[in-house]
Amino acid sequence: MLEIRDFSVVYRTPGGDVRAVDRVNLSLAGGEVVGLAGESGSGKSTLAYGACRLLRVPALITSGSVRYQGRRLAQGSKAADVLQMSPEELQRIRWREIAIVFQSAMNALNPVLSVRDQILDVIHAHMRMPRDEARERVAGLLDLVGIPRSRLRSYPHELSGGMRQRVMIAMALATDPEIVIMDEPTTALDVVVQRDILAQIVELKDRLGFSILFITHDLSLLLELADRIAVMYAGQFLEIATAGEIHREAAHPYTKGLLNSFPSLRGPRRELAGIPGSPPDLRNPPPGCPFLPRCAYGTPACREVDMELLPVVTSADPQHVTACPFVLPGTPPPGVLAAPADGDLDMPDHLRTAGRPEPAGELRTATEQGS
Amino acid sequence: MTVTLAISPDPTSLATEDAVPGRWRRMPTKAKVGALILGFFILAAVIGPFVTPYDPSYQNPSPALSMAAPSAAHLLGTTQTGQDVLSQLLVGIRLTLELAVVVGVVATALSVIVGVAAAFLGGIWDELLSLVSNVFLVIPSLPLLIILLGYLPQKGQWATIAVLAALGWPWGARVIRAQTLAIRNRDFISAALETGEKTWRIIAFEIVPNEVSLIAASFVNTVLYAIGASVALAFIGLADLNSWSLGTILYWAEGQQALQLGAWWWFVPPGLAVALMGTGLVLLNTGIDELGNPRLRDASSASRIAGHRVRPTAPTPVLQEVVQRRTGLARFLYSFSRSSLLDETEAGDTL
Amino acid sequence: MSFILRRLVFYVVAAWVALTLNFFIPRAMPGNAVEAVMSKFPSLQPSAYRALEAMLGVGHAGSLWHQYWTYIVDVSHFDFGTSSSQYPAQVSTLLGETIPWTLTLVGTATVIAFLVGTGLGIVAGWRYGGALDRTLPALMFLQAIPYFFFALILLELFALKFHVFPVGEGYAGGLIPGWHWDFIGSAIYHSLLPALTIVLTSIAGWMLQMRNVMITTLGEDYVIAAQAKGLPNRRVIFTYAARNALLPQLQGFGLALGFVVSGALVMEIVFSYPGIGLLLLGAVTSDDFPLMQAIFLVITFAVLLANLIVDVIIVFVDPRVRVREATR
Repeated sequence: MLEIRDFSVVYRTPGGDVRAVDRVNLSLAGGEVVGLAGESGSGKSTLAYGACRLLRVPALITSGSVRYQGRRLAQGSKAADVLQMSPEELQRIRWREIAIVFQSAMNALNPVLSVRDQILDVIHAHMRMPRDEARERVAGLLDLVGIPRSRLRSYPHELSGGMRQRVMIAMALATDPEIVIMDEPTTALDVVVQRDILAQIVELKDRLGFSILFITHDLSLLLELADRIAVMYAGQFLEIATAGEIHREAAHPYTKGLLNSFPSLRGPRRELAGIPGSPPDLRNPPPGCPFLPRCAYGTPACREVDMELLPVVTSADPQHVTACPFVLPGTPPPGVLAAPADGDLDMPDHLRTAGRPEPAGELRTATEQGS
Repeated sequence: MTVTLAISPDPTSLATEDAVPGRWRRMPTKAKVGALILGFFILAAVIGPFVTPYDPSYQNPSPALSMAAPSAAHLLGTTQTGQDVLSQLLVGIRLTLELAVVVGVVATALSVIVGVAAAFLGGIWDELLSLVSNVFLVIPSLPLLIILLGYLPQKGQWATIAVLAALGWPWGARVIRAQTLAIRNRDFISAALETGEKTWRIIAFEIVPNEVSLIAASFVNTVLYAIGASVALAFIGLADLNSWSLGTILYWAEGQQALQLGAWWWFVPPGLAVALMGTGLVLLNTGIDELGNPRLRDASSASRIAGHRVRPTAPTPVLQEVVQRRTGLARFLYSFSRSSLLDETEAGDTL
Repeated sequence: MSFILRRLVFYVVAAWVALTLNFFIPRAMPGNAVEAVMSKFPSLQPSAYRALEAMLGVGHAGSLWHQYWTYIVDVSHFDFGTSSSQYPAQVSTLLGETIPWTLTLVGTATVIAFLVGTGLGIVAGWRYGGALDRTLPALMFLQAIPYFFFALILLELFALKFHVFPVGEGYAGGLIPGWHWDFIGSAIYHSLLPALTIVLTSIAGWMLQMRNVMITTLGEDYVIAAQAKGLPNRRVIFTYAARNALLPQLQGFGLALGFVVSGALVMEIVFSYPGIGLLLLGAVTSDDFPLMQAIFLVITFAVLLANLIVDVIIVFVDPRVRVREATR
């Protein structure tokens, strides 16, 4: 349905190009939920907005294609490349085909328009519909997300944070899109509301059958929600696999670090670990693996890694790919849901010594093992 | 090594910390042009009075020199009474600029004091000081200036300065108060206050340094206001008419019907000088605005991609598309430009 | 109504401050100015004396409080005393003759300049760096020219050299003011050049301000969201970006009004336009303090009233202000 190939985005700055997204490949099938995980600044939002060509200069797409094939577009025709579209064509597919739930509904809703007028806006822009029918549809959408019809004429500032986010979701569904991009839709909300809304998203997805590209820095949330997860770091994918695979045997040290950074929604409380250090300067990325400076397992060999995503040798699933060519010691890897109940750190010993490279001898490259 | 650092949820973008490639070069073009224009006038004001070809008040009785057109002897011609316009202009720029700068310094100091005091004293004092600034902001200043100057027995330079400074501070006070409140609420200031750091130290070392661009903008605005108001007041006769400022030159020129009699060299240069100084100040302020507002700055620095102007609101540009669209002659011409190399290699990489 | 009510209270306070300043300035200033006024009233009628006495503290007055009270009462009856330069005309009569001229000219021209400047600012902000945006430095130069200087140049060029417009005055000589077309047509014809002066010199300020607010607003999430919604550009520009950018623009309009009006007053002098500005010049040159002070009050009240109107418009444009009212 959506096929992103060899996609790169740079930000032109006086100090040089910042390679925010560097040659990534990602696909999204009909009805699928793909999670995009990574720290802020890892390029996950840049990837999603860039694919819709919503980024402003100095952002610049330097390579790739974003092919979209929807049910409504002429059947049999070659999938259209978003990057080749004229502004008018873009206007037609935006929201009609790909809608977005923005991170902060407060900022993404126009403060001087009522909720109803804002939803009517998208309906009138994309669907031929008589006024009355359109109004009825807006009311129906609010029913769908559980907002009383009396709120139709409210303005964004009159609604609670949770309600605003529901309005955003109702708006995203207004034109019956094929794909909904959700950019940290629940980050700004408190935990209870967060759960309600996530549950609602899952239910609506099952009912209406749209695909979701779910962006978050909270990997544990994706484990519950997503079919597949792509882990992003410094503008590149480090690992892509089904949620189950990531949960069972995360293959990349960064993925493991992320898993230890967030409390799970369910399961016992644990002390959180994190990943020390900060992402590299993307104007002048170091050669090899960008995670090397922060990696607990780093070796000099990591500087020569070409960051190609290859199947994980230890996994039975050939779709489980990672950029780390090494097999990490200490299996089984840390699991979030299977956290021990003793209250102690469930972090394996080798992560405790983060920052100190393991002896290189313990690492075997995937190719060695494969041969 | 402890591993308690959680992944920070928002380490703000890495791109913002620029490697400093020289301050002047990074200044917006508008600010540079403004600074150059002002530099010219400041130079004229500093050395002007020493290089005047004639005494500006000297009245040459020669009838040929009454409203004489510009010539080698009188580069900007003469007035009706045979005075040299260039000499008057050079002295006038000095006087006007001097007045405006003094007003700017005094009024800006007042606005910093009032603004910071309102924000720090809080409560009833804040209400009161804010009310006073807002009231004086909304009361039209020129008629009040006219009354004040009208009642003053001596309408000299210092009277004008005093009156202009007394009415010139409210705008600056208003913005500085708002900014001070914003800074005051930041963590490091609250922490300093908690630990009993002296208030004046906090103001002097934490608050004011954080407001430099705002204070600069407020100063530039006040200078602009002082030039405009003093020239207007002199033009209607409320000034020491025996001294030479840009306003009094215009007063005498208009009084003698210079323009109607065709003596543009008498009337136009002082007005042009005022307009150019004003333009320089506005340009400079726009530049300061751009430095302080990242959105304005980004919009101005980055609207060109691969030699093409891109509207900030247009869909994200795609590099191949930009390069392919250039054909024929345009492509040939473009190959001479410096950025072509970069584009070609990058495009070649990806195509 | 609490937003409007609070603003109303503020304007009442501002008006009171202006009144009080007006009362105390002549009393606080060195005495010779008042003596000068005194000497200009050789044949003062006792009936006309009271307001002057209250206003300037001239002659045998009672206690300060008594004077202040009389002054407030007089002003509330539009009794500003007698003009010394156009004796025995009442100040209020002179004001009544000139206010309509200034109000029509300056009011209309300022509103036109604001609307056109804001419109151009919207376009310049949306098409940042485009052709219109690059004319800004030239417009800034226009804005920096003193009103009266620009007025004189325009007068010289279009009236004296090319005879496109009449040379000053409010209407052609020989016409009797009244509601007939000869007079109205002539008045409009005579007001074109002054209006053009105001529009040309003030348009850049509105445009620059609106452009800057637009650029800031265009970076807001809701504008990016509007584009993500695939809305037509027209809708994104006006309903999403410009409508939000208009709020700071309107507030700026209220605050800048005093400056604009002041500039326009001096401009009137150049055109010999029969408005308050010309009256003010006459008062200044002949030390007619009662007239000067009354003009100050009238202009201040006009600006305050205009600000109140701007506030009412803001209530209509910004629902957040409305709701703050409802919840209080």
